[in-house]
Amino acid sequence: MEVIKNFTFSVYTENNVGILNRLSAIFLKRHINIESMSVSKSEIEHVHRFTFVVNISEVLARKVAGQLEKQIEVIRAFYHTQDEIIYNETALFKISTEHLNDEKLQKKFKFRRAHILTITESFFVIEASGTKENIDKMYRKLKPYGLLQFVRSGRIAITRPKMEISQLLAEIN
Amino acid sequence: METLSKQVQEKKTTAAVKVSGAEAVLKCLLEEGADLAYGYPGGAIMPVYDEIYKYREKFHHVLTRHEQGAIHAAQGFARVTGKPGVVFATSGPGATNLVTGIADAQIDSTPLVCITGQVASHLLGSDAFQETDIIGISTPVTKWNYQITKASEIPEVMAKAFYIAKSGRPGPVLIDITKDAQFGELDFEYQKCEKIRSYRAIPKFDIEKIKEAAELINAAKKPLIVWGQGVIIGGAEEEFKSFIEKTDIPSASTVLGLSALETSHPLNVGMVGMHGNYAPNVLTNSCDVLIAIGMRFDDRVTGNLQTYAKQAKVIHFEIDPAEVDKNVETDVAVLGTVKQTLVEIMQYVKKSDHKIWMQEFDKLLQIEKDQVINDQLNPTKPGLTMGEVLGGINKETNGDAVIVSDVGQHQMFACRYADFIKTRSNVTSGGLGTMGFALPASIGAKMGVPNREVVAIIGDGGYQMTCNELGTILQTKAAVKIVVLNNSYLGMVRQWQELFFDKRYASTEMVSPDFVKLAGAYDIEAQRVSKREDLAEAIKTMMASKEAYFLEVIIEQEDNVFPMIPTGASVSDIRLS
Repeated sequence: MEVIKNFTFSVYTENNVGILNRLSAIFLKRHINIESMSVSKSEIEHVHRFTFVVNISEVLARKVAGQLEKQIEVIRAFYHTQDEIIYNETALFKISTEHLNDEKLQKKFKFRRAHILTITESFFVIEASGTKENIDKMYRKLKPYGLLQFVRSGRIAITRPKMEISQLLAEIN
Repeated sequence: METLSKQVQEKKTTAAVKVSGAEAVLKCLLEEGADLAYGYPGGAIMPVYDEIYKYREKFHHVLTRHEQGAIHAAQGFARVTGKPGVVFATSGPGATNLVTGIADAQIDSTPLVCITGQVASHLLGSDAFQETDIIGISTPVTKWNYQITKASEIPEVMAKAFYIAKSGRPGPVLIDITKDAQFGELDFEYQKCEKIRSYRAIPKFDIEKIKEAAELINAAKKPLIVWGQGVIIGGAEEEFKSFIEKTDIPSASTVLGLSALETSHPLNVGMVGMHGNYAPNVLTNSCDVLIAIGMRFDDRVTGNLQTYAKQAKVIHFEIDPAEVDKNVETDVAVLGTVKQTLVEIMQYVKKSDHKIWMQEFDKLLQIEKDQVINDQLNPTKPGLTMGEVLGGINKETNGDAVIVSDVGQHQMFACRYADFIKTRSNVTSGGLGTMGFALPASIGAKMGVPNREVVAIIGDGGYQMTCNELGTILQTKAAVKIVVLNNSYLGMVRQWQELFFDKRYASTEMVSPDFVKLAGAYDIEAQRVSKREDLAEAIKTMMASKEAYFLEVIIEQEDNVFPMIPTGASVSDIRLS
């Protein structure tokens, strides 16, 4: 039985229109549910970085990385286990102002990386960042207060092992 | 297109000329040596067609009767020549009608450049008349696609399209050009694309892997080679033959690998796969080293993966790294072009002799001959067999024809029984199994190799999917020989219904029109044969014709293709009846 694990994919691509379609189609074809996704510029000019988080077996992760890398505009695709990355996710919790002075609630969001982002007459917003588990925990604690809105970002990750993209690009060029 | 712009600025070869986007498309094609295209005009591609009219002395366009016909014709052309086939279609339905052929080309690694018209850029996303998101639709089935919204992008994108379509593992590329980009003007300069920084057409060569593979091959007592289309695409037929002859290894082909090695070669032990030959299928599970060359372990080849060649060390010669370990775990993966890696490995493999092992193939071949092949090629039963029709064609062509087969029982008979003496002689829809492929593909193939005989082998079902392309033959005078093997059934499905669905022939019985009259309506000489004594003469007459010819052969209705590996079964459990 293959062990299902949490993998984070880092995919370096050219900065061209339409790549997301191509990459997401690879997960879709294999019926892999994307847990989270984020896209941003990378450390290299004109090179974008996609970060996908999925729960699959390592054998499948290797195959998916191969399929991702096969795309013309993909420079490299890596996959990492949890212990190979330093990562972050951000969440926003919108709560009615009636709970603002609730001491119990204040204790609940007073963990290391949470703070009040804004306060209005009718609501206040807590911003929290951390691991997926931290955000999940915070969500469970704040939910009883009636979340007016809740949103969380896709994961962004930095790898512990070196990713030699610049070197690879230098070789190609 | 930021990455290409820099390169183009650095290397300009042609002096700038002001032209329209539509004219630039034609100029790009001619720069790439593509002077023949298949297609169907429509509103959103009309500026390009207007240029085709203007360039008619230099550029030849074939009007097919449907866009599907155009793309299959382009596939036929590409498969026999190795050059990218070019297709034009308009937006919306024109573009979507290409999709089946694009998917077919993608899975069979056929180089194509498809150019579709698109609504004007200001209308994009507005559900305008004949607007479809062909980029979105074609993304999963193209090697690359791109939508051009500015005339100035055309030369760079077209150059890139040709480079991607034909380099590395070839495939289909689709370029969608908005109508305003076709009307727009640009200073035309052309530089062929030779590199894309994110695209590695050929993976890094590793001499250590060559040495590891050679060691395994040299130590093998019972090696078996399974080769695929990679040998043909890589133009490595001679290198392949030298390799198998030096190592004396029995070699079997996939469907798409057929014709890379002549059928009669003493080391050619037939075809593997669901309807392949008995010996190479059974002995896949006896060999000690399995050497896969330019093939991708398709499920129709491997049968049940849990029991496929588990005893063997597996060596995989492959250009596409994503194919390595995808279906079958390999012990040694030799990445690169087959042409390069086979040349390299020749230095390390020893001259060997596997006569005793070869005898095992001969024994099983005799069993297959006794139980299947003889009955097919020299039947005693009253009805004509598909095998004897192929045998008759072999006799008249001496194996020198390009055989274009459609999809179904007749396809498997064609692959099993057609003799090949030259490479690029077997054109069929392998991975996608597209019925309706053969008639238009044979038109393209004939245009690709006009001096060769092109014989299309088609079933009565597939023929009726694209028989409108008889109109293309009427107009172009493409001298293809069309053989319809008519059993009044969708034969392959009927065979499965017989074997696995208790003979419940649900919607597989087919009533067809008078095919001879239909061919006559298109001014194509035709005849029908239903008696054995008339077959040889009919084939002779067909092959003697200098023009297109249609031959309908009424064959036994419930003939089956054997051997057969039922879905999910092991290759060594192949059935002879």
